[in-house]
Amino acid sequence: MAEAVFEVHRYLPEQEAEPRFQEYEITYQDNWVVLDALNYIKDEIDSTLSFRWSCRMGICGSCGMMVNGEPKLTCESFVKEYDTETIKIEPLAHFPVIRDVVINMDDFMEKLPTVSPWLIPEEELPIEDGEFLQTPAQVAHYNRFSMCINCMLCYSACPVYGLDSSFTGPAALALAERYNLDSRDSGMGARADVITAHEGIWECTYVGECTEVCPKGVDPAGAIQMLKLSYALDWAKSLVMPRGSRS
Amino acid sequence: MTPELRRPLPRTWWLRKQSYLFFMIRELTSLAVLAYAILIITAIWTAAGDGSFTTFFDFLKSTTSVITHVGLLILALVHTFTWIALTPKVMVLWQDDEQVEPDVIAGANGVIFLLISGAVLWVVLG
Amino acid sequence: MGGAGMTSKPDRTAPLLWLLFAAGGTASAMLLPALVFLTGVAVPAGWVSEDRLRSLLGNPLTLLFLVGIVFAFLFHWAHRFRYALVDLGWSGLGRQGWVFYGIALAGTTLAALAALSNLD
Repeated sequence: MAEAVFEVHRYLPEQEAEPRFQEYEITYQDNWVVLDALNYIKDEIDSTLSFRWSCRMGICGSCGMMVNGEPKLTCESFVKEYDTETIKIEPLAHFPVIRDVVINMDDFMEKLPTVSPWLIPEEELPIEDGEFLQTPAQVAHYNRFSMCINCMLCYSACPVYGLDSSFTGPAALALAERYNLDSRDSGMGARADVITAHEGIWECTYVGECTEVCPKGVDPAGAIQMLKLSYALDWAKSLVMPRGSRS
Repeated sequence: MTPELRRPLPRTWWLRKQSYLFFMIRELTSLAVLAYAILIITAIWTAAGDGSFTTFFDFLKSTTSVITHVGLLILALVHTFTWIALTPKVMVLWQDDEQVEPDVIAGANGVIFLLISGAVLWVVLG
Repeated sequence: MGGAGMTSKPDRTAPLLWLLFAAGGTASAMLLPALVFLTGVAVPAGWVSEDRLRSLLGNPLTLLFLVGIVFAFLFHWAHRFRYALVDLGWSGLGRQGWVFYGIALAGTTLAALAALSNLD
């Protein structure tokens, strides 16, 4: 048992035009994560506080918030690991705020399908033909990019997205590369228009923070670099080889 | 619909966090690259003339030049170090169904850097 | 705003500009420290004489190498500095950055002309 002061971002547009911070002093147990503390505050101190959460085990991706300025899954961040005077809770950076620490994620949800994050096989085969088989090595090529839980922490860490929200962004591009690298997929050309647009890969300046904050080790920054190289080489090949012969 | 709160990113965002600041310094090492390109152009240009190359050569020996070069060397090394550290992100190699360790790729590039540096110094000084 | 709703157009020049940036970044990462050491330490220390440097600058191979370096260095700078300014909030340069590559091209031309006059 120990004491902690939470400084929580409040935004209640029906009652007040400007956001403010509200302090809550709580006594927490050693095994509490930040999300436990917020639930305690909502249950015992202030029921008007709004925030998103669901699974409490780092897989649903809905409890992302800025904790002391860093994008974090609050279900995975232990209160005892913060030794600051107050623990500051804010909504994920770069997204519009609906209320308190609840952000509007429409922009990300609209972007995600634009990179066609699904298998685009060379030809559709009838179900009777059975599965597309893969070796463990073929799985290993894309596996690390397939762990995304759409928590949007990477968007919150990315200043390029913060400056220009038309940027397709880390998670969506990493997922595009995940399918481009899949041996069952032939969609590199079909995804090209979105990926190679200015607001696709080319706007990324490799700040690299997306990779640092990813709770699942996806490495979107690396994925975008790989996309840049593969599409740039694809372009170079198109100069020497006739059009249409590209994969 | 109630109004949503928008929080535009201030231009000073890169001062907020050490990693953002390092990023900006890394990007601005390109100014050292520009400065050295200008120096090379000046060297070639003055070498064609009669007296001006001596002026250029004497400038290289001046305190101003040496101090500037110290700054350039720091920025150049930051660029070299960060660039080599990022090479495994772009060059993802596979050998016998195993991904080549990123440190091996960066290490190999580090060795190449040392060999090239040695070769340049040997050609001019040797 | 609302980029996802718009239809995306491939940026046709970006692959070339990025490849030049990457090539110049590699060239400068590999060569710049040694070059800075030469003009910043070796020359002031007297390890390279004026005649030695001048004769190097009259050698066609050296000149070809140096013009190549100038080309690679300038296009590396153009791309990286342009986007650094975008990241510093100069958003217009995200789509209109031609002046930087123009400077790079002009600088390379200048170096090539100077090199040609050295060969006479």
